[in-house]
Amino acid sequence: MKSLAELQALREQMKGRVGIRHDDDSSIRVVVGMATCGIAAGARPVLAAFTEEVAKRGLTNVAVGQTGCIGICQYEPVVEVFEPGKEKVTYVKVTPGMVPAIVSQHLVNGTPVTEYTIGASGAQG
Amino acid sequence: MMQELSLNVLDVAENSVRANATLIHILVEEDTAADRLTIVIRDNGKGMTQEQVQTVIDPFYTTRTTRKVGLGVPFFRMAAQLSGGDLTIQSAVGEGTTVTAVFGLSSIDRMPLGDMNGTISTLVQCNPQIDWVYTRRLDGRELVMDTRQFREILGEVPLDSPEVLQFLGEYLRENTAELLAEKSDS
Repeated sequence: MKSLAELQALREQMKGRVGIRHDDDSSIRVVVGMATCGIAAGARPVLAAFTEEVAKRGLTNVAVGQTGCIGICQYEPVVEVFEPGKEKVTYVKVTPGMVPAIVSQHLVNGTPVTEYTIGASGAQG
Repeated sequence: MMQELSLNVLDVAENSVRANATLIHILVEEDTAADRLTIVIRDNGKGMTQEQVQTVIDPFYTTRTTRKVGLGVPFFRMAAQLSGGDLTIQSAVGEGTTVTAVFGLSSIDRMPLGDMNGTISTLVQCNPQIDWVYTRRLDGRELVMDTRQFREILGEVPLDSPEVLQFLGEYLRENTAELLAEKSDS
């Protein structure tokens, strides 16, 4: 069973590496809509999947966070990706299964997964 | 409508975040003898007047002056009432708010609790500036996760660093499994 002694050990491991995470201009921000609409549609596992995938790949330039309702509740779970100097990309009806592709193709290689974006969803607001 | 109670908790706790709370307690208590499941979300945020409390309970009340709460509390209340329980809110301006939801534990109309640990991990990750105390109680035994304790151990290492969040997830999962396993042993 995990105990707080293990947290102490983790702290010792990490001590020297604090500050390695840079939240500067080069960082990418991924935000998941976590209002009532997003949560009801399944946003929690999507956020968890992004966090896990980003940690697994050691992407120190990616910050994963939450936002409120952005007014397109019928498209939830909605994920927005902000890259410095680029236009925002909005993914809609996101499932945890779509997350590895978004992370590898978009966050790592810089090419949005067009088929998952709001532009490709084909529906009207 | 949420599929599990833990999603209601995630949603309703967000109100405490927006009320500028610095410390939020979440309690999930199963009492099999009393056939009761109690969920309490208690914050030290800005609190509400009695009028505001009424508005958050009523989903169709339209003259609210803030967008602080929408359907979150009404959904949670409905889930409690469907199982033979109820939801109450105690609040005082400047002191904070306590939301208490009581459920019939064995009621067939009670939604499953769902992934409470996922909810707690998400709340800590998205609001690392706030201190969270999560208590999971089962027939008098309990596990407590207190981010103040985590912070004390972590020192300068941020609570929301990926490694710490991963530890938190495993910590909650393993300790919850142990708490629930002891029940079936006895």
